[in-house]
Amino acid sequence: MGNELIQMKDICKSFPGVRAVDNVSYGVRAGEVHALVGENGAGKSTLMKILSGVYTKDSGSIILNNEEVNITNVRDAQALGIVMIHQELNLMNHLTVAENIFFGREAKKKSRIILDSKRQEEETVQMYARLNLDVDPRAKVGRLTVAQRQLVEIVKALTYDSKILIMDEPTASLTSGEVEDLFRVVRALKEDGRAIVYISHKLEELKLISDRITVMRDGQFVATLNTEEASLDAIIQMMVGREVFETKQSPFEDTGAELALKVENLNAGRMVQDVSFHVRRGEILGFAGLVGAGRTETARAIFAGDGYTSGDIYVGGKKVTIKGPRDAIRAGIAYLPEDRRELGLALGMTVDENIPMASMSKFSSFGFIQFAKSAANSEKQRGVLDIRTPSIRQKVKFLSGGNQQKVVLAKWLTRNCDVIIFDEPTKGIDIGAKNEIYKLLNELAEQGKAIIMISSELPEILRVSHRVLVMCEGRITGELVGDEIDQNRIMNFAVKRNHAAGGQVG
Amino acid sequence: MTQTKTLGKRLTGTEFSHKLIIIAVLVLLVVFFYIMNPNYLSYGNIMTILLATCVNGMLALGVSFVIFTGGIDISVGAVMTFSSVMSGVALTRWGFPLPAAILFGILVGGFCGAVSGIGVTKMFLPPFIATMAMQMITKGLSLVVSNMRPIYFTSEPVYQRIATGSFLGISGFHNAIVILIAVTIIAYILFSKTLIGRYSLAIGSNEEAARLSGVNVDRWKIGIYALGGLFAGVGGLIMSSRLGSAQPQLGVGYELEAIAAAVIGGSSLSGGEGSIPGTIIGALIISSLTNGLRIMSVPTELQSAFVGIVLAFAVYFDQMRKKR
Repeated sequence: MGNELIQMKDICKSFPGVRAVDNVSYGVRAGEVHALVGENGAGKSTLMKILSGVYTKDSGSIILNNEEVNITNVRDAQALGIVMIHQELNLMNHLTVAENIFFGREAKKKSRIILDSKRQEEETVQMYARLNLDVDPRAKVGRLTVAQRQLVEIVKALTYDSKILIMDEPTASLTSGEVEDLFRVVRALKEDGRAIVYISHKLEELKLISDRITVMRDGQFVATLNTEEASLDAIIQMMVGREVFETKQSPFEDTGAELALKVENLNAGRMVQDVSFHVRRGEILGFAGLVGAGRTETARAIFAGDGYTSGDIYVGGKKVTIKGPRDAIRAGIAYLPEDRRELGLALGMTVDENIPMASMSKFSSFGFIQFAKSAANSEKQRGVLDIRTPSIRQKVKFLSGGNQQKVVLAKWLTRNCDVIIFDEPTKGIDIGAKNEIYKLLNELAEQGKAIIMISSELPEILRVSHRVLVMCEGRITGELVGDEIDQNRIMNFAVKRNHAAGGQVG
Repeated sequence: MTQTKTLGKRLTGTEFSHKLIIIAVLVLLVVFFYIMNPNYLSYGNIMTILLATCVNGMLALGVSFVIFTGGIDISVGAVMTFSSVMSGVALTRWGFPLPAAILFGILVGGFCGAVSGIGVTKMFLPPFIATMAMQMITKGLSLVVSNMRPIYFTSEPVYQRIATGSFLGISGFHNAIVILIAVTIIAYILFSKTLIGRYSLAIGSNEEAARLSGVNVDRWKIGIYALGGLFAGVGGLIMSSRLGSAQPQLGVGYELEAIAAAVIGGSSLSGGEGSIPGTIIGALIISSLTNGLRIMSVPTELQSAFVGIVLAFAVYFDQMRKKR
């Protein structure tokens, strides 16, 4: 296969506190599918956002057709024929397929004022025909399946005469039949001489569709392999293969401890299927898996009843019905969302207004707020959790990520919940504060709280969890205890390889 | 850490300064009109300004709580009229004793607010739509119930004295002003000392976070809309008492001036921001401005244009302050 159509050389990109992409080189040939794999946060998406103009690189060069090009925004990239098809699709649901494809460059009649929908529709049908597909150009995009919408995005990219298509997790929400259809389209694009970057977590797929595979880890390039020669074991090893510098949690001894939470056959939509598990007082249960495995959905189904269709939930041995957060809180369950700024805090309000938010009945009588009592509690929590703020009257939006997380935790400790679900507790928090959060998790467990920690960072799972459940595509695919807990095993469950290997499931 | 601290201090400083800015605007307006015409600050004219603030201030206080939640209530003008009409009907047709008729009118206002709140929470109507519907409903009902004629309270001379008398015994210091001051204090206590104030800001600041903290958001929202309705009911009492009659044709349009007062006073229509002192100063700015312009013989029609300009610049400066 000839030279690479596009090459990225020595690309670096930093965000405050993180080297997201560190000296990475990568290229794709015309007529090739070049897969890009790595754990969450390995830098794949950042690298591709640089190529498609969403981010600008700090250093390095991009060479297209042997000429260096400068990409500073999405328009530049489009003009060079580079298009990224995002995970979250950027289509307008109220417009038709043809209107979406020609959005921004609508065909006009001779008058230059009146739109020529007929021509747009004809051209849409032709574009689809080139991929051997039928289409109703007048169908509203909002009524299409995810797979069909993805095709609209792809066809739209083709109308820009894009030579390089970047597909970010294109099969994440497709059924297996739809994946087959997508692969047919991808192969047609290949034959047409386009270069395709294929980002995916699903390693099995890569065997079917890609020509080469590049592995990234922690923002760095690890290796590029020809797909034929690559074994999945080797790829997984490369994805996780950081030095075995793993502080591991000591195993949880007290198997007689009271069951704090038991969930049986919980179902909530496609993302939560027959989930059963339990957690004891004093235990830290890690929920591992890749982004989109259904862990947050499971937590939301337990805490807020979101999407709940069936299943039983027991708290402290008693069966509870949870229709909304109020039921869960009353039962003693707390949830610290991943997106604490959007879901956990009233940012414009003070520390002292946020901490008692879940327990105002404790801090009011006849509707009148007992300010002194509330302030005393907030000061106490500030001391216990070491919340660094000039004053409890500081607005939460001015605190750092770690301190904001502590405010959310203080809210639940004030409420005195027994089961605490942490969703990505250290996301967006710097290393020092991370260690503090880990220490807090241990302390809470020692005090007899049952802790559930959802995390996509394997070292974090290893370091904190007494026991690990792994989810993939809405199901629990594995459970690991004590010495069994290691990165390779978790990753295998997370990409669901154990179905094939005949391993234990759920 | 130190950086966060100084940044925090600086921003809290500018936030505090919004109140100072609007107080300064009010003072500047007063000084300007005083220079143009020294009579502007005569006792009589001050009382006129305060009196002119009564109805709008009352509506603005009520609608402020709704705005704190990130909602809007455009029905308060029509609800105000409806309450006074119902009060009149209770008194003149159903033979309610005066205190009962007054209470009934105010409760009708609260009920209308609660219904809007149910529309917003249980029927998922956008607040603008729910309260627009309520505006049209109460406007229509007011006209039908009254047969499109004013209801006079002439049989009850006491009624008129509720607003225009002066139980303090100070001439010119009408009861309406006393009621406004009292209601402002009540609103301030509700806002700063009780759960309704805390939750209205929390819901406006982050409704989902409040819900996930176990706050019964729906119930509080219905209560807050009902509170806005009760304030509109009190507004209706003052309005009809001053006029000696319930005027079914009046009312629509008042809501916009009330919203303007809240916004000039620093409430953000996206919720989570604002204060009761700000709102009342906002209402005072509007009435001082219109009064001053009238003294300077600016035609009534043009007065509204000036209020519009003040409103636009109040929000513009606030946006600039936040961008910095």
